Amino acid sequence: MDYKALGLVAGIEIHQQLDTKEKLFCHCPTTLREIAEHNGEFTRYLRATVSEMGEIDRAAKEEMKHDRMFRYYAYDTTCLVENDEEPPAPVNNEALSVCLTIAKMFGMTPVPQVHMMRKLVIDGSNTSGFQRTGLIAFNGALPDGGLIETICLEEEAAQRVKDEVFSLDRLGIPLVEITTAPCMHTPEEVQKVAEYIGMVLRSTGKVKRGLGTIRQDVNISIAAGARVEIKGVQELDLIAEVVRREVQRQQSLLSIRDELRKRGAGVDATAGTDVTALFKETKSAVLKKAKKVHAIVLKGFAGFVGTEIQPERRLGSEMSDYAKKCGVGGIFHTDELPAYGVTAEEVAHLRMHMHAGEQDCVILVAGSGDKQASCAIGQVITRAKLALSDKPVPEETRKMLESGSTAYMRPLPGAARMYPETDVLPVFIDDDRWEAVAIPELLTAKAERFVAAYDIEKNYALQLAASEKLPLFERAVKEGIKPKLAAFTILSTATELRRDGVDIRKIPDQAYLDTWHAVGNGKAAREAIPEIFRSIAEGSTFADALSKLAPAVTREELEKIVKKIIAGRAEFVAQKGKAALGPLMGVVMAEVRGSVDGKVVSEILKKEIEAITSPKKP
Amino acid sequence: MAVVKLGSGYNIGVPPEACTFMERPAQAEAKPYEVQQNSSLPNLSIVSTGGTIASRIDYRTGSVTSQFNASDILTAIPELKEIANYRTIPIATILSENMTPAIWQDLARAVFAEIKGGAKGIIVTHGTDTMAYSAAALSFMIDTPVPIIFVGSQRSADRPSSDNAMNAACAAAAATSDLGEVAVVMHATTNDDTCAIHRGTRVRKMHTSRRDAFRSLGVLPVGEVEYPSRKVTLTDGAVRRGSRALALHDALDPHCALVQFYPGMSPELLKAYEGYHGLVIAGTGLGHTSTALIPQLRHLADSGTLIVMTSQCMHGRVCDRVYDTGRDLLDAGVIEGGDMLPEVALVKLMWVLANEKDTKEAAAMMQDDLKGECNRRSAHGL
Repeated sequence: MDYKALGLVAGIEIHQQLDTKEKLFCHCPTTLREIAEHNGEFTRYLRATVSEMGEIDRAAKEEMKHDRMFRYYAYDTTCLVENDEEPPAPVNNEALSVCLTIAKMFGMTPVPQVHMMRKLVIDGSNTSGFQRTGLIAFNGALPDGGLIETICLEEEAAQRVKDEVFSLDRLGIPLVEITTAPCMHTPEEVQKVAEYIGMVLRSTGKVKRGLGTIRQDVNISIAAGARVEIKGVQELDLIAEVVRREVQRQQSLLSIRDELRKRGAGVDATAGTDVTALFKETKSAVLKKAKKVHAIVLKGFAGFVGTEIQPERRLGSEMSDYAKKCGVGGIFHTDELPAYGVTAEEVAHLRMHMHAGEQDCVILVAGSGDKQASCAIGQVITRAKLALSDKPVPEETRKMLESGSTAYMRPLPGAARMYPETDVLPVFIDDDRWEAVAIPELLTAKAERFVAAYDIEKNYALQLAASEKLPLFERAVKEGIKPKLAAFTILSTATELRRDGVDIRKIPDQAYLDTWHAVGNGKAAREAIPEIFRSIAEGSTFADALSKLAPAVTREELEKIVKKIIAGRAEFVAQKGKAALGPLMGVVMAEVRGSVDGKVVSEILKKEIEAITSPKKP
Repeated sequence: MAVVKLGSGYNIGVPPEACTFMERPAQAEAKPYEVQQNSSLPNLSIVSTGGTIASRIDYRTGSVTSQFNASDILTAIPELKEIANYRTIPIATILSENMTPAIWQDLARAVFAEIKGGAKGIIVTHGTDTMAYSAAALSFMIDTPVPIIFVGSQRSADRPSSDNAMNAACAAAAATSDLGEVAVVMHATTNDDTCAIHRGTRVRKMHTSRRDAFRSLGVLPVGEVEYPSRKVTLTDGAVRRGSRALALHDALDPHCALVQFYPGMSPELLKAYEGYHGLVIAGTGLGHTSTALIPQLRHLADSGTLIVMTSQCMHGRVCDRVYDTGRDLLDAGVIEGGDMLPEVALVKLMWVLANEKDTKEAAAMMQDDLKGECNRRSAHGL
């Protein structure tokens, strides 16, 4: 596909959690918890408030379509600030420092004074109804000439447990939001920029790692389409696919609009018709259970509501997403009926009742009452009108679904969602502070240094630089451990153990170092490392694991063992000569249970075999 | 620093010398509000004094101040329109720490006039810091046949999570209920599910920031309002609508003070209260000060200051007959304040001294239960 010809313009926002000791506006740890560990819960409602300019944000209005009661889980690691029961503490200085470091790495300019803002978010993910955020720096550069517009320091939202239940452990973890200019023009370019920014962030050594700790939002439009913001792309590998699919969706919506117009389609109805009585005896559980079923005819829409606009998504899915804002489960439409327990006879009856022609599509919504059903029909009308309009791609915030397709969340927010956070004093960033910010070595530069200094293969070095255990590696090297041993253990041994089902997170960094030192001074063999780790992961201390699995064997003891084994197999050794080395290695290693470095065993064996087989000089 | 609002909605601070004057934007016109009223609903009056239930950002200081009037509250909390028909009377726009006895008097007069004018109930919007003092003041100043409900919010009204809307809706429900006394209606728990109705003379703000900061001390709340159903339940002890005839006794004697005793407190400090007509002491435990203070207290009492002992324990009743110090305090002329909360005792003392000139009579009134402030029994389990 020729993305340039389509006028693809994309930008990204990267949200990265920071690995600080405390949260951004309170002194709680930034620890994620198991849901089962929550020790309290409470319930709240949220209401959209007007901005200081006197307006209600359109995205917030959309979330207000039905009253929702949110439930929150609290922990012994959360406090009244997360509960929205105490004013925030001053901005976490450690988080601000990390943010400034990142800003400097991109060559950005800091703002003279940071003002924290409240970004209105009333979907329940913030107990306060807003996310605190501050603009820290602007105007940064990417290596290929792209632009970074801003970097903001924000608080992370609460994690949704299910429906309207949220967990407060994540709320308030510091987050940097990096926003690029809309400077990318192909799906692959978007992915590449995201990868690069991620690498720079990890180079600080102060960001959280693992799934969910970095999220990408992608802004996409094509020339004839509209700007759409796709939220929460967690896997980097999916970014290009998300962009491709959004382009496909925008193109499909444009061509559906053209087809609809050709057919003379129109949305005449201003309200739904109550058809509850028609479905009194239906086999469809949803319709039967519903207190009110409302229907509406979309003239000329037959066939288009069911048309796929991106994998697994139809125009009907978009209408359904809009309707869900009123609290209904979704919609039914005649492009997909009979199905879901609705019979052909019922469909025919419905069409007749609604005076729907062959080219018309009938939409059904099942509500808990007239109010909810009317609200949902109203949303369907709104979306259907958009499909026919001059701008058939609405400006929207969308969320990513698993495969890379997307669903509607809410309209794009406007500036009206920002309100000053009056409880937090502004913070000055003076020249002294900015000058003092040190720029860490980029992980890519680090990898190159490892290749040069430690003779580690490039691929390995890159993996190492990207590894969470990088600080451990650097410490090990500083303590005189062989870089290759450390690298191999971190990248291969530990990974294999993990694949084997060993919980390697239970092995503390100190145990790695102790093990490497033991190997270095001959107290344990390299070969014993997996067993030592396995034992530690199962709860042993390092000392216990070492004495159990790698009892110290002195060189003299080893020589005795080797001599005894050779003596017992004298015939075999005489017959095989030097070739006996291999088979005997296994016998000796089994005897010492891997507690001696294979190299040492091999060296002694070789000497002893030679001593027996070489003709003695007179 | 000059605050600049960017197109993205973010504010940043920049040095004023970095700014260039370009143009002055046209003054935006205030949107006129037209509150639709339903005349079939009961008539309530909202008397506003300010506070977080109606506060918003002040660009002069960057912090939150009160500047809404009562009509703004109706615009901001449309749910209120389902409950009653309202008249709105702004009497002050202050943060409640700036409240004074003189404003209590203005408030009492305004409330009295509204009830006289036919209001079926009164809602007083008030900052939470000193709401309990004001509620106590109105309890003594007005004999009311209808509910007078104080309400506020602990989390400012400019946030989506504010408790203002629920508190206000519950207050309106309580104001249309069968209650007939002065009460504070605020969140009962941290959940948005129930508001407690606290008697105006037994309520205290017991937390700096939580939604459920207000608690009834020594008694149970006189009722509760469920949310969102707004169902009001009153206890048997709640004073019912119509059981008192309307009367205003708005005199207050502001020459009264409240002092908290602490270990090592200098008797010299008490000299500052010479000439005061009344003094409430928040003593330790059962109602004590150090022996060192007694001569000065005796001097004050002898010079005509009515001294009432209460306890900084908050819970329980003072008893100055158990230990020597207590007996010495009584001998010096201090009277026991029963289980009255220290702040309530102060407000009551202002009212009593303004309405009863005979010192002996005044002392007896201080120990009588006038508006539920003094329990004869200390109920078990509270």
